[in-house]
Amino acid sequence: MLRLDTVGQHYGDHQVLHDLTLTVPDGQLLCVVGPSGCGKSTLLRTVAGLLPAYDGTITLDGTPVRGVPDNLAVVFQDYARSLYPWLTVRENVALPLRRRGLPRAERRAEADRILARVGLTDTARRHPWQLSGGMQQRVAIARALVCRPSLLLMDEPFGSLDAQTREDLEDLLLEVHRTDGATIVFVTHDIDESVYLGDRVVVLSPGPGSKVVLDLPVELPGTRDQITTRGLAEFVALRSEVGRAVRNR
Amino acid sequence: MKRPRGAASGSAGSDGLAGSAGPAEHVGLSERSGSSEPSGSPGRTSEAVRPSFVPSLLRRPLASASVRHALLRWTVLALAVAVWQLAARAHGSVYFPPPAEIARHVRDLWFSGPVRHVFLTEAAVADVLPSLGRMAAGFALAAVAGIALGVAVGRSRRAYALCNPVLQFARAVPPPALVPLFVVIFDFGTPMQIASIVFSAVWPVLINTAEGARDTDPLRLEVAAVLHLTPAERLRFLILPSALPRIFAGLRLSLSLSLILMVFSELLPGTANGIGFTLTDAQSRSDLLTVWAALVLLGALGYLLNTGLLTVEKRLVGRGRTTTV
Repeated sequence: MLRLDTVGQHYGDHQVLHDLTLTVPDGQLLCVVGPSGCGKSTLLRTVAGLLPAYDGTITLDGTPVRGVPDNLAVVFQDYARSLYPWLTVRENVALPLRRRGLPRAERRAEADRILARVGLTDTARRHPWQLSGGMQQRVAIARALVCRPSLLLMDEPFGSLDAQTREDLEDLLLEVHRTDGATIVFVTHDIDESVYLGDRVVVLSPGPGSKVVLDLPVELPGTRDQITTRGLAEFVALRSEVGRAVRNR
Repeated sequence: MKRPRGAASGSAGSDGLAGSAGPAEHVGLSERSGSSEPSGSPGRTSEAVRPSFVPSLLRRPLASASVRHALLRWTVLALAVAVWQLAARAHGSVYFPPPAEIARHVRDLWFSGPVRHVFLTEAAVADVLPSLGRMAAGFALAAVAGIALGVAVGRSRRAYALCNPVLQFARAVPPPALVPLFVVIFDFGTPMQIASIVFSAVWPVLINTAEGARDTDPLRLEVAAVLHLTPAERLRFLILPSALPRIFAGLRLSLSLSLILMVFSELLPGTANGIGFTLTDAQSRSDLLTVWAALVLLGALGYLLNTGLLTVEKRLVGRGRTTTV
């Protein structure tokens, strides 16, 4: 359970988040939507413990977040920068396993297993920059999943991919969520994406001092499909509701 | 310029090809990445393009171009030597012996020894090897100290702010001016010479490493924090590799400074061997042929050492293709 209680965050005098209260139950896929500059990324970085000086309290499974929690993983939007280009794909994915103290062979085997799971079987020995954007983001997802995190934070992970690659990765994420059952906080500015992916959508107001303006459960069938789900009347209605909240109408 | 590995040049070539490669590629594509991967999205189709998809014909012109380039480079050098030879022969001055004579002298002096000494003469063992040894020791110490201190200075904002003026000052002092100081401290001999090399060559590596370590991508540092990398792992997997191009830029400068200081410190009275000693010794005997031979040897050494360093750099840096961040 992730709990934010009256959380505030500021850069100098610039108040980015103000009085934000939010609870994410275990296993939920929560999408956070808001106009650009509303502090979505700041919210994510704060939860990740990367900005330890915040107001209010954040607890993960009852423990206050001070620094990066143990069983947490993050996928950033900029895969080209987030992956280490001098390491091979396999070395990138195996990197988080070092602190588990596994022997080298087991780290490699585990990395290969996760790579196969995200649909990258023959790329282990290549370097990230030899792959397309979609494949690179798959590598980043594999690296995030390899330690079986209980909380996965994603910061507009598909924002710079083309439409079809993005849909494939959305379905990959849903599949991962279904089987692993991790709690996922997914930040996006794409209203369609938030409704398609989320169990719940939270809309933040434009900054400074963003607040939650809409907290909406998404009651769509568990198994979703890019074509049929997006055509459902409920989907369209939810999308309009989120859209209105984002545009503040 | 050649790329270090076939895979790199293959995939670089294939990026451009991906859009137009036609159906063969898409078959390979869906086999590889599983059914979930699109074969469409034409802008980004380089998903799973194998280097082998690039027709080898495409690489040929590149290879022949680089051969042509090398030939051209050596042609200019050969022409320059030929002009020198003719001019020196025509003029007949004792100060400017023709290059053929210098080359013969270089061989007679240093490279006409027995096979079991790899053709090195006693003079080479007595003069060239000590010089190289001092230079290697000085350069190695400067590199290790420069990289270690550079990382320390570059990774701490406070240390950087405090040390930067000192470093800029240290760098601005002309290195040979330090030699008299070390003569006083160490007296003449190898310790003085090595100290001169180290204290001149350390600054470029140190400053460049510090800049490189300071410029570590903040997002990659956040990734390191999220992955809970230990400080040692962070250094090994993030900071050193990302600073590597800058480190090598510093090492190249340091290498040429090491050569300069090696010769300069041997020019001083009190030295008993070394290439610099050969130079002053020959000069005092008005043996200009040997002076010229030493100059040619130094030029060749500098060229070879630099080429060696570039080869190492290409292997190490090319692997990570230092991305434009």
